[in-house]
Amino acid sequence: MTIARTLDDACVALAEHPDALLLAGGTDLMVGVNRGQVGFDHVVVIDRVDELRGWRREGDELVLGAGLTYAEMGRGELPVLLPALAQAARTVGSPQIRNAGTLGGNLATSSPAGDTLPVLVALDATVVLRSSHGTRKLALDRFVTGVKQNALEPEELIEAVRVPVLDGPQEFLKVGTRNAMVISVASLALVVDRAGRSVRVGLGSVAPVPVRAVEAEAFVDGAIDWDTGSAPEAAVDRFAGLVAEAARPIDDQRGTATYRSHAIGVLARRALRRAFPGGAP
Amino acid sequence: MTDVRTEEPRTVQGAPRIGESAPRPDGIPKVNGSFAFSSDLWHDRMLWGGTLRSPHPSARIRSIDIGPAVAVTGIHAVLTSADVPGSPTYGLEHADQPVLASDVVRYEGEPVAIVAADHPDAVRLALDAIVVDYEVTMPLVDPGVAESSDPIHPDGNLIRRIHLRHGDQEVVGDVVVEGTYEVGMQDQAFLGPESGLAVPAEDGGVELFIATQWLHADRDQVAACLGLEPGLVRLTLAGVGGAFGAREDLSLHAHLCLLALHTRRPVKMVYSREESFHGHVHRHPARMWYRHHADRAGNLVRVEARLLLDGGAYASSSGAVIANATCFAAGPYRVPSADIEGVVVRTNNPPCGAMRGFGAVQVCIGHEAQMDRLAAALGMDPVELRLRNVLAPGDRLSTGQVITGTAPVAEVLRSCADHPSAASLPGDPMSLPGGAGRTADPAHVRRGEAIALGFKNLMFSEGFDDSSSAICRLEGGVATVTCACAEVGQGFVTLAQQITREVLGVDEVVLAPAATATMGSAGSTSASRQSWMSGGAVQAACEEVRVRLLARVADDRGVDPDELVLVEGRVVSLSGDFEADLASVTAEAIEAEVEFRHAPTSPLDENGQGDAHVSFAFSAHRAIVDVDRDLGLVKVVELTTSQDVGRLLNPLQAIGQIEGGAAQGVGLAVMEEVLVLDGRIRNASFTDYLVPTALDMPPVEIAALIEQPEPGAPFGAKGIGEPPCISSTAAVVAAIRAATDLDLTHVPVRPTDIALAGA
Ligand SMILES: Cc1cc2nc3c(=O)[nH]c(=O)nc-3n(C[C@H](O)[C@H](O)[C@H](O)COP(=O)(O)OP(=O)(O)OC[C@H]3O[C@@H](n4cnc5c(N)ncnc54)[C@H](O)[C@@H]3O)c2cc1C
Repeated sequence: MTIARTLDDACVALAEHPDALLLAGGTDLMVGVNRGQVGFDHVVVIDRVDELRGWRREGDELVLGAGLTYAEMGRGELPVLLPALAQAARTVGSPQIRNAGTLGGNLATSSPAGDTLPVLVALDATVVLRSSHGTRKLALDRFVTGVKQNALEPEELIEAVRVPVLDGPQEFLKVGTRNAMVISVASLALVVDRAGRSVRVGLGSVAPVPVRAVEAEAFVDGAIDWDTGSAPEAAVDRFAGLVAEAARPIDDQRGTATYRSHAIGVLARRALRRAFPGGAP
Repeated sequence: MTDVRTEEPRTVQGAPRIGESAPRPDGIPKVNGSFAFSSDLWHDRMLWGGTLRSPHPSARIRSIDIGPAVAVTGIHAVLTSADVPGSPTYGLEHADQPVLASDVVRYEGEPVAIVAADHPDAVRLALDAIVVDYEVTMPLVDPGVAESSDPIHPDGNLIRRIHLRHGDQEVVGDVVVEGTYEVGMQDQAFLGPESGLAVPAEDGGVELFIATQWLHADRDQVAACLGLEPGLVRLTLAGVGGAFGAREDLSLHAHLCLLALHTRRPVKMVYSREESFHGHVHRHPARMWYRHHADRAGNLVRVEARLLLDGGAYASSSGAVIANATCFAAGPYRVPSADIEGVVVRTNNPPCGAMRGFGAVQVCIGHEAQMDRLAAALGMDPVELRLRNVLAPGDRLSTGQVITGTAPVAEVLRSCADHPSAASLPGDPMSLPGGAGRTADPAHVRRGEAIALGFKNLMFSEGFDDSSSAICRLEGGVATVTCACAEVGQGFVTLAQQITREVLGVDEVVLAPAATATMGSAGSTSASRQSWMSGGAVQAACEEVRVRLLARVADDRGVDPDELVLVEGRVVSLSGDFEADLASVTAEAIEAEVEFRHAPTSPLDENGQGDAHVSFAFSAHRAIVDVDRDLGLVKVVELTTSQDVGRLLNPLQAIGQIEGGAAQGVGLAVMEEVLVLDGRIRNASFTDYLVPTALDMPPVEIAALIEQPEPGAPFGAKGIGEPPCISSTAAVVAAIRAATDLDLTHVPVRPTDIALAGA
């Protein structure tokens, strides 16, 4: 086991043990270990690496460290700069999980139900990957490649995620069969870029990977009255329908495909209405 | 802490007696983590045990090759059915369940082999190395066709049928309503998984430290499987992390003892959470058809019902569960005519058995939905309709039994219905349906309110010879109570002390460990029976000690025992001549052992008639819910309850039971269901088997705890553990119906049932 104190420590340890497991908050990893599903020879602990912690602003971008916890996403200035991420963070697990679980862990797990993923995909986030060979950047939709699959190479770790600071409302809504501490059955992030006059929508738990509702976005960008910030009722309906069409859900123990398609449409309509209350009948 | 406190006497004056909120002795240790649960058991020389389970719900076992497992480093034993020296099967009512499967497996997760090793990793490797050659067969998963299908067990697929017929069978009502209801499989979801430690003894016997509900029934079953005299199998209760019925059957008990006796080493086993879902019985899923007849004034005329419970692969306590379901199918109402058929069958689904409420929960969902339908058909207020029909002392149940004890049903219902609601309209988005997910649109949230009434028997029924034993020993003014009653969280440890103080006037009461070696059986901690049965045994033992004590002092002083009384730790003569300190007159110990029984009951006859039950307890719940119709999400806003308690022995504990039971009821109403597909559990984890969180559980308002002392019960107290989870589910579901105008016949109500209704 290596307890890394710096990013270099971690990269060196990974170079020496390419099959090592990275341990951040442990809230996903330990579940697998306890179930005997995850075997390992070497562990690199990264929760004490300062360079991975917290976040900073660089111009119009925010650099979110891989070690950013859910609790931190909901504190200080971040809920103002990234409301959708803060809202998503609040839906995750319990206070204990939110204190330990990290952004990097959520990304690396790449679960269709990972709650930060719809937000990050809606924000066109870039994932910064690091190894002893250097740094590379990948767009989020290139990073997550399938159910619990991603583009991480051996020896590589997630260093940070870069997202833009946008002027406009943001919403994150998540359906679960319990009022808290529940894995998502369907979730939706909607972010508005007033300057760019665009709406972007990321969907969770309704496809193998987080998806964008591209057609719905294109439609609604043109249907919104950007000057008054209003959306006609018919446009909201059509938007909801198009979002539902973007979903490719499955039946599982948490919900049926039919329910997921239905629910994602409801979430789309509500999110859009919250962002553009004007024009409601 | 100040210095003053430490100078207080060790025996606190005024230690809580009957009727006071005595704090639990295990309360603080449980909260601060120092309480030792059965999973914390440890022995320096111990091995770890593990269980190989069938991956198939139905298969023939062609062969089992343990060779590769035996070769694993650190392995001390790999045992199969061939290594069971005694009875190959066990069971609570029928010994129909194999200790280890030999020729066939009948449910997913059925134990096939067990291993012991010096490390949990070696256990895992060995379990993986065992080669079982299965011939997979088609599982029987539909209880509806079980009786007409090939038997999956030598005992057949019908576990029990009761056809209850009461009163005039030809009568028909002016108004008739019919309904079909379905209840899913609920899990007890206790937090402490099955665990225990078996230690081989010098005399060829075995000591078993185990979390259980009934030490002596376990002992007898384990001893039979081991081929040992019961006295050689000695069970001691280990810290129980919840039970709710799931610890009434054997799980790892016999396995641990087999491994310990085989290896001559202590062996510990702890189930994983997933294993726990396969390792204990669940609440029976039910399909219920009902037809209610009433006259135009709203008097019930006749109730017809067909109840089908899925017992799963083995009988467990299914026979008693279906008896309860059948006897209480019509609810706590006067029903002059009834035709109720209850059937429980065997399938290749997970075995079902005891769970809090025991058959009364399922039928309460049915009869209360029917009463609401009837009220709607009659255009009557649902509370009015119920009040018109509620049972009262002297009335007959549909079993023909006359209620001779207390039955404040109208009081329970009325007080609950009349209680003002404290529920406000939601403000904080967190308090809307969907909670933290922020999904609700307040404009689309609809509120519903409804009430439900339920009841259940206390104690075992149908002529079961039920008893509990206790020993009270008074020495030097300190009372020691010994009883094999399993403390599973219900609070017997508190109550036994309160009862002893009350009867003997002592302050210091020591409770000896619950074990089979020192005591006779206390019976099961189930059926809301321990306060009555073991509380009664403790009371009787203490009273016997008091009689002997007064006789001793009377003898010494040459007075009549009737002239003496026990007050506050002193023996006092009524004439005022003398007073003796309890400690001094009990320098030589006085001990009494008593076996306590309740009034006998009789079996049900071929028409389901008979005085089969001892006593009944009633409860009502009123639920207020907010529903997001579009997403089908529910927020239970408030639960109000009244309960018939006979007499409150410990108000704090009563509230604990009432709130906890209601939480289990809310869970069954809106989220708790073991999903079984083709005989396989799809959600064997707390990730996907959801139980209510603090955001799902509303405040529980107690409208009234009705105290009408029950004749024959110690201090007049009725058991209070089960009623809170009987009417709560029915009330919440009815409130969701009120909010949505949907029939909602499946419980738990799933989001799809609401959101996609009519789609
Ligand atoms: C009770 C409970 C409730 C939960 N609820 C939710 C929920 O509501 N929503 C949700 O989305 N998730 C939930 N989770 C899952 C989990 O908490 C999150 O996915 C969390 O973000 C994981 O982060 P971590 O730091 O704990 O990761 P870890 O468990 O430490 O690691 C997870 C995986 O990511 C890898 N990893 C970690 N950091 C890095 C890095 N910097 N670079 C590369 N790989 C890395 C690890 O090697 C491992 O494979 C829950 C988990 C539990 C136990």
